[in-house]
Amino acid sequence: MATKTHDNTTVGYNFAYLDEQTKRMIRRALLKAVAIPGYQVPFASREMPMPYGWGTGGVQVTASVIGQDDTLKVIDQGSDDTTNAVSIRKFFAKTAGVKTTTKTNEASIIQTRHRIPEEKLQEHQILVYQVPIPEPLRFLEPRETETRKLHALEEYGLMHVRLYEDIAQHGHISKTYAYPVKVDGRYMMDPSPTPKFDNPKMDNCQALQLFGAGRESRIYAIPPYTKVVSLDFEDHPFERTKFENSCGLCGAEGVYLDEVIVDDNGGRLFCCSDTDYCEQRREAGHRGDMLGDAPSYVKSSAEADVTASSHHSAALE
Amino acid sequence: MYVAVKGGEKAIDAAHRLLADRRRGDRDLPELSDEQIAEQLFVGVSRVMAEGALYDPKLAGRAIRQARGDMIEAIFLVRAYRTTLPRFGYSEPLDTAEMEIQRRISSTFKDLPGGQVLGPTFDYTHRLIDFNEDEALEPDHRPVDGSIDAPHVMKLLDKDDLVERINYDPADDTEIEVGDITRQPISYPADRDVRLQNLARGDEGFLLSLGYSTQRGYGRTHPFVGEIRYGEVELEFFVEELGFSVSIGDIEVTECDMVNQFKGSVDKAPQFTRGYGLVFGQSERKAMSMSLVDRALRCDEFGEERSAPAQDEEFVLSHSDNVQATGFVEHLKLPHYVDFQAELALLRQLRREHEETQEEATE
Repeated sequence: MATKTHDNTTVGYNFAYLDEQTKRMIRRALLKAVAIPGYQVPFASREMPMPYGWGTGGVQVTASVIGQDDTLKVIDQGSDDTTNAVSIRKFFAKTAGVKTTTKTNEASIIQTRHRIPEEKLQEHQILVYQVPIPEPLRFLEPRETETRKLHALEEYGLMHVRLYEDIAQHGHISKTYAYPVKVDGRYMMDPSPTPKFDNPKMDNCQALQLFGAGRESRIYAIPPYTKVVSLDFEDHPFERTKFENSCGLCGAEGVYLDEVIVDDNGGRLFCCSDTDYCEQRREAGHRGDMLGDAPSYVKSSAEADVTASSHHSAALE
Repeated sequence: MYVAVKGGEKAIDAAHRLLADRRRGDRDLPELSDEQIAEQLFVGVSRVMAEGALYDPKLAGRAIRQARGDMIEAIFLVRAYRTTLPRFGYSEPLDTAEMEIQRRISSTFKDLPGGQVLGPTFDYTHRLIDFNEDEALEPDHRPVDGSIDAPHVMKLLDKDDLVERINYDPADDTEIEVGDITRQPISYPADRDVRLQNLARGDEGFLLSLGYSTQRGYGRTHPFVGEIRYGEVELEFFVEELGFSVSIGDIEVTECDMVNQFKGSVDKAPQFTRGYGLVFGQSERKAMSMSLVDRALRCDEFGEERSAPAQDEEFVLSHSDNVQATGFVEHLKLPHYVDFQAELALLRQLRREHEETQEEATE
């Protein structure tokens, strides 16, 4: 099954790796972040046993909110089986001994890099984002002293000019990911490098959304049912990325697709970036037009072996 | 085809086993011990301790071995271990004037109390590889006599008021609140204590280049080496229950006092100013670079124009940490195909629109 129980925690380390004082410090930062939606709270980020830039912020947030009864799902690029997602899931299985899952609806905490699951999130869930650069204005103004001032004064003209220049030059806003949003009508926020396709899912979301940037020592949050608006102009409203194809494996439409090169002649397969969503659909009997004669779903023996490679290669052959 | 882009637990485990194999190398050769590394590669060990911010030669030796000699990887291992250690408190300030000196030089005075002590240095070696082991120098086993009474050069200048005064006086009981970058994120503008902490564990190469740039005119500070000293100092810790300080061991450090020019101002007579560097183990390059950068970063204090990279506090402090830097640079190896897909879709759209306008133009 997709949910797996782990008994052993790592000897010599506290539950979920971080010591309790550190967790308390992070929880305080989280409470402040929830109280001021979209505001970047500085916190004393710790070195983690994985490199900065590989999800240390998300891992610290998850480690601070996770309890023994939680069920954790970790995705990277929408998928449970990308190497770094596997690595982080293993880290918590090892240090916290919590249940892990690949199923979105079974998870109480979902740590993510670059995607929001297709399935609608629920009130009892927490979505933890890994954030590389928390400051939406950073590439317009490199100085932290300046950007903090701009936030304090709610002076977001720089970004509007940037978006306007895009339209003047290309006819479109050319930001396709890390598309800036305004949270609760106050703070401009970087949604982390999720594709702008996922931005509407942040708005009025039932789940608590927490953002951790380890290297930059910042935490921010969107409480449940908070208004999140993607920046745009009246005559150039925000547009979600649209795909012309449907998923080649499960036939889903209106979802985010990965483009996979399948042969030396430039043959392409478009398939769901959210691998769990794709599997659920195939299990329910949906079939994409690239499946051919292959069975729509292959049941695996253990979660450890649930890799998209085994499913998909079987499907493609 | 598709298999190639997906990883999974099995691949990770296999990669780790392969790494362990390569780390061990040829099985016919004896394996290095942590002690061998700590003893024979001490300068490398110094760097790992300094930038790993943990004084433990044997552990640093182990980290170097585990990292296959990749110094930044070894530094990372030490840092990640260090952060899990319980924090008992802060030590008393080191008294480097009482150092058991192994090496001490000044380039501002020909001779001075305590003398010039060359000690173990590469400085005047000819950089010739010893192909013939027989011709290599016989090591001198005599211990360096560390019991030299050598007051700091700065103290001598201080008497004549020629150099700016240090703020800290050990006899003064007033508490000075010192920052802690491992417990508080750096906020800008940062104070000198926080800046020095950041530089102390900053990347040697980064600081070397920045220090070098100040010498070449990007934030010039007119430096002289007032003094470099290397040796053992006693580490004391104030025990609350006892009510006094106890010695908890000796550590080796390299200290550099840089003397820099300052023209003075309307209300201040001209005086020498200072740049300071302190590093675990023997690392003069790092201590010197640190003191050059420290002085450059003090430009605002002396009303100097702030124009060069080495004077730019946010730039220097937020990019000096090699564990952060290597993590973020190397994270580009992680999959980015979701974002790339979004860019691909936009690029295709833009090209399609471009084609259409071209066609319209030719019609």
